[in-house]
Amino acid sequence: MSAIREDFAEILKLVRPNARVLDIGCGEGELLELLTREKGVDGQGLEISPEGVAACLARGLAVVQGDGDRDLDHFPTRAFDYAILSKTLQQMREPKHVLSELLRIADQAVVSVPNFGHWKVRWALLSRGRMPETGALPEPWWSTPNIHLCTLRDFTSLCDALELRIDGCAALADGKPARAIDPRQPIENWRAETALFLLSRKAEPQIAAAAPPPQNLFGEVELAGAEPPAKKGRKR
Amino acid sequence: MTAQVPITAGIETGGGTWRFPATQPLRLDSGAKLAPLEIGYKTYGRLNAAKSNAVLVCHALTGDQHLASTHPVTGKPGWWDRFVGPGLVLDPERHFIICTNVIGGCMGSTGPASMDPATNAPYGLKFPVITIGDMVRAQAMLIEALGIDTLFAAIGGSMGGMQVLQWAADYPEKLFSAVVIAAAARHSAQNIAFHEVGRQAIMADPNWVGGAYLEAGVRPEKGLAVARMAAHITYLSEQALQRKFGRELQRDGLSWGFDADFQVESYLRHQGTSFVDRFDANSYLYITRALDYFDLGAKHGGVLAEAFVKARAVKFCVLSFSSDWLYPTPESRDIVRALNGAGCRASFAEIQTDKGHDAIFLDDPLLDQTLRGFLAAQATARGLA
Repeated sequence: MSAIREDFAEILKLVRPNARVLDIGCGEGELLELLTREKGVDGQGLEISPEGVAACLARGLAVVQGDGDRDLDHFPTRAFDYAILSKTLQQMREPKHVLSELLRIADQAVVSVPNFGHWKVRWALLSRGRMPETGALPEPWWSTPNIHLCTLRDFTSLCDALELRIDGCAALADGKPARAIDPRQPIENWRAETALFLLSRKAEPQIAAAAPPPQNLFGEVELAGAEPPAKKGRKR
Repeated sequence: MTAQVPITAGIETGGGTWRFPATQPLRLDSGAKLAPLEIGYKTYGRLNAAKSNAVLVCHALTGDQHLASTHPVTGKPGWWDRFVGPGLVLDPERHFIICTNVIGGCMGSTGPASMDPATNAPYGLKFPVITIGDMVRAQAMLIEALGIDTLFAAIGGSMGGMQVLQWAADYPEKLFSAVVIAAAARHSAQNIAFHEVGRQAIMADPNWVGGAYLEAGVRPEKGLAVARMAAHITYLSEQALQRKFGRELQRDGLSWGFDADFQVESYLRHQGTSFVDRFDANSYLYITRALDYFDLGAKHGGVLAEAFVKARAVKFCVLSFSSDWLYPTPESRDIVRALNGAGCRASFAEIQTDKGHDAIFLDDPLLDQTLRGFLAAQATARGLA
């Protein structure tokens, strides 16, 4: 197996075997294929580009050509265990709506976002007065697809507003292993270049409650302001 | 009852006419029964020992069972022969490919031109009105008679796609995978309207004789040709018509009359006249009616997803063409939405083309690639690869 993208490796760790997974913006299906092969997931992709769709089909993946901004309402409520949105929330027209849709469709959402509070971003603005171009945000302002950038603090406060629980969070950086973090720690809002979140609804519906995330999701980090960990040993 | 006809290139083909005795009638949605029932069909390849490699290809409105072999009337190649052959998407060396003429048709299956056992004359308008569901029920009878429990795949475009959807709704346990190309889950008002123009053209032809033209020894060729011309426009996109013909003239200068001045007129006339050689006018009435009656969600309180709740184990591939205005992409999206709603795993792609609905039959590398990818993955899942 060739080297796996850091975020894929993290997602692979946290997805339960045989789970139902929706990958929004699945590209050519690398992640879904990995999850299918390694975890036996029942996967479904959503991808806007015809090339991506064709590549997914050739890989034998179930993929729907569509737009994450528009077509999430096609999916029924709680049809999936996980909805994955990797590094594209900031490109959505309505990130708040998309985020709440993810947790309508699925019991848990895996969302990664570049952190606009990262020190390199702040430094670029402060020192040069220019829009930052960093590893996580490589494009100049006039060609970037990122229209709704946020900092970790922005993201966690949106989660609060939507009454979402942060079940886990890891900082990602190119070429480095993922690092479990508490996204509410102010220092992480400087340090984390990209953050991967595992989210669920605060108010768990009664029926078919999702299995709790494994205790040691991203390492042993206490999450400030997080709900007390769910009872151990409850399995589907 | 089958007639094995070996052809060159080593592909085993079979088929002929399967006759069900009067004791095995086809029960129709209308409540009527059709007996004796005959089904014209063709097969390519060989059913494997596990009987797991059968592929049913469902044809469109004016298609027939001659999927990949020379048409006995026109002498033209099969309507989908670019997909069927060694190394192609449907490979007779790996798949047992079956194509049946729909009931109501005129290429060997019981239809309005068949003899009515009650009168010993052609049915004509005494033929019962049929539905897409009836066509599929007849196919299921043949599949069972051929000793096949489960189809590896059912594939169809246009009306063929509707039959595939009906298969998924009515016989999900007999279906491993389903490919629905440029279809819809119900006929729109515009679809019905165009068909009505065609039917009225046929019925306005004095040679239609109230449907009893066979006894009268005539054929409503003009009416049927006009019906075909009107329908053919809906198969092409505006861009394709413009690109092909524009305002090009047949010869220098205008005729200042009503000859076919424009190339597009000549083309349509040719489409009309060549169609009447191979198609029966009453079949056209009955099959267009079946299409108009098609509304898969209606039986389920208008909730299309309900039609698919038993098909969760079936893998679906739904394809549309960007310039198809007969069954446009939103129709396919509605199908996909319903499949998702029912908890089915469905793939969907809109193939970018300016060729309109006709793209089903034309050379399109993307369609080829998509079908190949989907079927290869299903073959692996089925243990065929």
